[in-house]
Amino acid sequence: MNALLLTVFAPLAGAVLLASVRRLGPAGWINVTVSAVTFAASLALAWQVAETGAVQGFTFRVDAFNIYLLVLTAFVGMTTSIFSRPYMRHVCDTGRTNEPGMRLYHVMYQAFLFTMVLALATNNLGILWVAVEGATLSTVLLVSLYRTPEAIEAAWKYFILCSVGIALALFGTVLLYFAAQQVVADPAQGLTWSTLHAVAPRLQPAIMSLAFVFLLVGYGTKVGLVPLHQWLPDAHSEGPTPISAVLSGLLLNVALYAVIRIKMLVDGALATTSTPHLAGWLLMGFGLVSFIVAALFLHRQRDIKRLFSYSSVEHMGLMTFAFGLGSPLATFGALLHMLVHSLTKSAIFVTVGHATHITGTQSIERIRGLIRTQPAVGWSLLIGVAAIAGFPPFGVFTSEFLVLSATMQSRPELTAVLLIGLAIAFAGLFRHVQPMVYGKAPEAQQPVPVNMIPVIVHFLLVLLLGLSIPLFLVHWLNLATHLITGTRLL
Amino acid sequence: MTLARLTLLDQMMLVLAAVVLFLSFVLLQQARLRAAIHAFAWQGALVAAVTTVVAASQGLTHLYFSAALTLALKALLIPWMLHRLVLRLGLDRHSELLHRPALAVMAASSLVIFSYWLVLPMVQQNLLFTRNIVAVSLAVILIGLLMMVVRQQAIAQVLGFMSMENGLFLAAVSATGGMPLVVELGVAFDVLVAMVLFGVFFFQIRQSIDSLDVDRLNRLTERHGEQP
Repeated sequence: MNALLLTVFAPLAGAVLLASVRRLGPAGWINVTVSAVTFAASLALAWQVAETGAVQGFTFRVDAFNIYLLVLTAFVGMTTSIFSRPYMRHVCDTGRTNEPGMRLYHVMYQAFLFTMVLALATNNLGILWVAVEGATLSTVLLVSLYRTPEAIEAAWKYFILCSVGIALALFGTVLLYFAAQQVVADPAQGLTWSTLHAVAPRLQPAIMSLAFVFLLVGYGTKVGLVPLHQWLPDAHSEGPTPISAVLSGLLLNVALYAVIRIKMLVDGALATTSTPHLAGWLLMGFGLVSFIVAALFLHRQRDIKRLFSYSSVEHMGLMTFAFGLGSPLATFGALLHMLVHSLTKSAIFVTVGHATHITGTQSIERIRGLIRTQPAVGWSLLIGVAAIAGFPPFGVFTSEFLVLSATMQSRPELTAVLLIGLAIAFAGLFRHVQPMVYGKAPEAQQPVPVNMIPVIVHFLLVLLLGLSIPLFLVHWLNLATHLITGTRLL
Repeated sequence: MTLARLTLLDQMMLVLAAVVLFLSFVLLQQARLRAAIHAFAWQGALVAAVTTVVAASQGLTHLYFSAALTLALKALLIPWMLHRLVLRLGLDRHSELLHRPALAVMAASSLVIFSYWLVLPMVQQNLLFTRNIVAVSLAVILIGLLMMVVRQQAIAQVLGFMSMENGLFLAAVSATGGMPLVVELGVAFDVLVAMVLFGVFFFQIRQSIDSLDVDRLNRLTERHGEQP
């Protein structure tokens, strides 16, 4: 219980503390320390969950599905804070932001982490909504931190699109609550997920499907599903790089997590109707369209951060599709993919941040010869892209392979579409990355001081997950699969 | 079951909800910013009134609190903040005509019909009443969305967003008797923070493009990397 409270409220305390710290040096270290405390607490929590099955209390509930996402969120939050300390220092020294801006950055970084862990840990669908909306509110000022016209435009787009999306999700939540009131006697329990899950077969199917459409559109905006993805590349490309890393690595996951939690309820409610897989079909459709469209858009990008944000859309599409398939194998693959994609993508964004500091630009055409100027950054980018494109022996290969096999089992006709999409994405990434890494370096290009340890740790983990997944993780993912689909994989 | 057989309080709720919907149309059409803010404030006050009626008719005491919250937030605080922002930005005489007002109103009317069609599958004991009220709130939400699409002015877009929130509140209160208190407080907090951030953004946008006409925010496209 204490570990749970510490995991959730350490970032909030950190945000309050950082609001009162004026000096830059300590603020960066406090940011790292608080994130490390959160991570340690999440590990302790994971231990408890492994022992007892589920930790519950104070409207929180942590089970096999959200515990691994909690640990992942705390871990990526920690490594990104380690990267962001010298990075933001450099940003501040070059005059792109000032001291109040830095303070805002540190406070909002912890506030964002708080909303993420709150969204994951809560058992109440209303609080889940509040937390996901809070995530937008805490990051929107960071997207416009550099105050360039582009940054302000990106932030405004992000703000408006996500607020509208999330407002529709609130309407879905109200409908859900309405359906629950016919079944659950105590109105205070009407939005509690575990209660709803227990009575799901008795919820009214017509209202539940209507609610699901609104919730999918709402949270789908945050997941970055096409055609609601417009904010994502802008916010990723104009915001500071650590924010791109946590947006891609964490926010998209949490939004998808929300969709899946609700899908579990809707599946229960629709089980006895004529369209039991309605939610799954919707997810498959949205997922597949996002996957293909984003893969094609990869080819047209000229900005390195936009390139990788479209890659995020592509991967989120693949996961959504896999959750939509709904078989245990597909779900297991999707859960694993959430994990490896987060680790890889945040490491890539960190590397891209270093690359943009070396070259002083985000334009793909003007980033050249990274390996010659600074081998550590160049090789990291190359390895990262190889990993995210699904090369063996990295973890992304394993999860994509699982998803492909599952597709072959239940929907063989779609396997070809997936394979073509993967090939297009692969080509799109490599045609851009090859010249950036290998090309001839411009004359004046100098190495910058970097800290590659977070990146290396992420890549080692992804490699480990590709070679042999640890038993406890298999056990957890298996339990989560059991929770979502009702049957175990192994 | 006809409308006349509903209880007096239920009928009153329907009338108030209808006026809320009417105010959505007013908001959509109103060219002058200050008048639009007033219309929005009245809409918030009406949502608070609906909440009070629900509280009285169903004996839900916690709804009195949420009525007070709605009144304070939606009818007083947010309109006041918008008013001050408009004054500080020197936009109090600003007015902006819709490009095709007739088309916008036609679209809004179709959204009302669409909302009624969408809630058709809802079969409940208290059928007529619930369906009506959910359809009206959905229409308010969708018209708010439409307003954000057709208006170019940032403040008008924020008004659209806030009237969407009013629709959500109406739905939550009238169809379900109010969300659990902790959720309601969280939502109110989020709305308030969003309003403060919108205020910050008005100044940032004006600094950046020298106007609040957000259609001119169009630098970010796929070809954006070409620009030096």
